[in-house]
Amino acid sequence: MTRGWTLYDPRLAWILVAPVLLLLIFFLLLPIAVMAVYTFFTFVTAGVETSALTLANWHEFLTDAYYHGFLIKTLRVGAVTALICGVLGYFPAYFIWATTFKHKWLLLLLLIVPFWISFTIRTFSWIHILGEQGLINVTLLKLGLIDQPMQMLYTEGAVIMGLLHFLLPYMILNVYVSLEGIDRTLIAAARSMGCTSAQAFREVTLPLSLPGLAAGLLLCFVLAAGSYVTPQLLGSGRDALFGNLIYDTIMGQLNWPMGATLSIVLFVVLGCFAALYTRYMGMSQIVKGLGG
Amino acid sequence: MPDKLTDQTSKPRPSPAGASQAVAGSAAARPGAEGGTPAVEFRDIDIAYGKFVAVRDFSLAIRRGSFVTLLGPSGCGKTTILRSIAGLVDISGGQISIGGRRVDDVPIYKRNIGLVFQSYALFPHKNVFDNVAFGLKYRNVPKADIQRKVRQALEMVRLPGSEKKLPSQLSGGQQQRIALARAIVFEPEVLLLDEPLSALDANMREEMRVEIKKIQKETGITAIFVTHDQEEALSMSDRIVVMNAGAVEQIGTPEEVYETPATAFVADFLGKANMLAGTVSAADQQTATVSLAAGQTVTVASPRALAPGAAVTVVVRPQKLAVGPAATSNRLAGRVVSTSYLGSSAIYEVDIGGRTTIRANTPISGKIAREGEAIDVGFGPADCVLLDENGSRIA
Ligand SMILES: Nc1ncnc2c1ncn2[C@@H]1O[C@H](COP(=O)(O)OP(=O)(O)OP(=O)(O)O)[C@@H](O)[C@H]1O
Ligand SMILES: [Mg+2]
Repeated sequence: MTRGWTLYDPRLAWILVAPVLLLLIFFLLLPIAVMAVYTFFTFVTAGVETSALTLANWHEFLTDAYYHGFLIKTLRVGAVTALICGVLGYFPAYFIWATTFKHKWLLLLLLIVPFWISFTIRTFSWIHILGEQGLINVTLLKLGLIDQPMQMLYTEGAVIMGLLHFLLPYMILNVYVSLEGIDRTLIAAARSMGCTSAQAFREVTLPLSLPGLAAGLLLCFVLAAGSYVTPQLLGSGRDALFGNLIYDTIMGQLNWPMGATLSIVLFVVLGCFAALYTRYMGMSQIVKGLGG
Repeated sequence: MPDKLTDQTSKPRPSPAGASQAVAGSAAARPGAEGGTPAVEFRDIDIAYGKFVAVRDFSLAIRRGSFVTLLGPSGCGKTTILRSIAGLVDISGGQISIGGRRVDDVPIYKRNIGLVFQSYALFPHKNVFDNVAFGLKYRNVPKADIQRKVRQALEMVRLPGSEKKLPSQLSGGQQQRIALARAIVFEPEVLLLDEPLSALDANMREEMRVEIKKIQKETGITAIFVTHDQEEALSMSDRIVVMNAGAVEQIGTPEEVYETPATAFVADFLGKANMLAGTVSAADQQTATVSLAAGQTVTVASPRALAPGAAVTVVVRPQKLAVGPAATSNRLAGRVVSTSYLGSSAIYEVDIGGRTTIRANTPISGKIAREGEAIDVGFGPADCVLLDENGSRIA
């Protein structure tokens, strides 16, 4: 036996993992733990709290319908956004996968191009499109189709639109990757056994690409439900999401204990959802493993 | 003559002499090859991928119920030809008929062919039953019949009761059996097998070889088998199509292509024959005396009188060479370069001078010659084939 290090030495594994582990502990777990503790602190007045432990914050959250409404609305907006993303995203992904165009990488690059511009700026651009003096309203007014500007900005629709704009590339990439994992001889096999192209799509391509679609849906849902910038810029106070509520509680009312409570709520709700969803979708992940 | 339709090749290349000879000869030797429409017929097909011509002037007629193998080195166009039957690639010239019906414009899903892929290509998200039933479902077979046919097909491939399993729960050999069951269950007109055994390990391969052949015989299905393994081709086929660089080199029964290779390529590709270059020094109607480039002179049987001075190649299989005292005619004196002991036989590499090494595979009798020993090798005058300067068999 040789003494020393082998490639799969557990010590080596720990050393390699250590930096990430430390980062996670100090910058993720610890702050969350601190937040969790904060939820039990007592709010005195704006910006002042004491470390006297109380259940008041939790009590307020659990009994006040105002918060529940926000939470449900947030989950609904997240789900609607994710579903629209799935429907709109599948087609471009399928197109990129199926095209015989030689420079596929160019199409994939186009998906990444938006990321070169700051997300905030991209979101701001919608104001110039949807706003009262925005592109759409001005054009329609000039054409005489409407006689006063439509309220498009600062609505839930605008928020969903902005989220779609932000999330579609994630969805397309997820679906594309799972399509790319499909063995094309499976499609040839299906065709040779009597399937038309459309039937082969239904029998083979679609079911084998579902894991990518499912992963994309989860990603889009979580990112949408946890978003802050988009609803802040494109939604009004009325159409704010849970993230904006947290921001307002902490930065506006300077109520740190309540803000911490709301943060933990969002964290736990989205975390549980992701865990359940992944577990439930585990079956299709296995199928994907087989397909690869 | 009705046999003309079956297993003919039309001018594969500038060296048609050997090829068409082999086919004509075999047709005469097979009275069973009578008329009827061939199961599959190619007429002068060309297939190109963009500018690259993968197959040119390929012609072949395949008799119903026969087992035909496309044999050739990697990249010679075997898969391309199979895919053209299936309709998975377009042909740019010529025509293909299945059961006498031109299929150029028939879409894949209406061609009624069974395909078995090297990679099995079982649907990973469907269980064995759904995989095998797939083709039946799209032929609107009633449910009860589907049940019965799937069960029969699974029995045929000796995997009864595996209906509920997923492909991932089966071994490679089992997966390939299911793929076979899936391809034959709807009784296609032709079964196409693209290197179905190459992903299996050696033992499994032997077993599947026998099994595929057995199933083909039982069902009487016409099978086109693709391989680059000469042993597979020789042991399974009724007929072998040897291909090189997108064109046919020779078509014939396993014996024909092995014993009387039409071209230097065939002689080399099947069984690594010894190729002894030389010139004709004297000849009559039956024999030719050839001065080998290695220095010796041999006298061999010749199908016709050859012109003295003509460049020829004498092709001798390693198994046809006698070694030591057994070498009685056409003795070539040499020295052993290497010996491989195979138990029942031994392979000698013998240097016969003129930088020529000749390989002999002989049964072991007495003691084995060691490296460096002087040794004689020899072969009977009829135990060889003569090729002309273009590498085509002299006939
Ligand atoms: N889709 C394609 N595009 C371009 N060229 C191709 C394509 N498919 C095959 N070829 C080329 O056509 C030639 C024949 O390919 P084919 O797959 O028929 O060979 P093969 O005889 O089946 O070889 P192997 O034994 O390796 O499977 C090869 O030179 C290959 O490079
Ligand atoms: Mg191939």
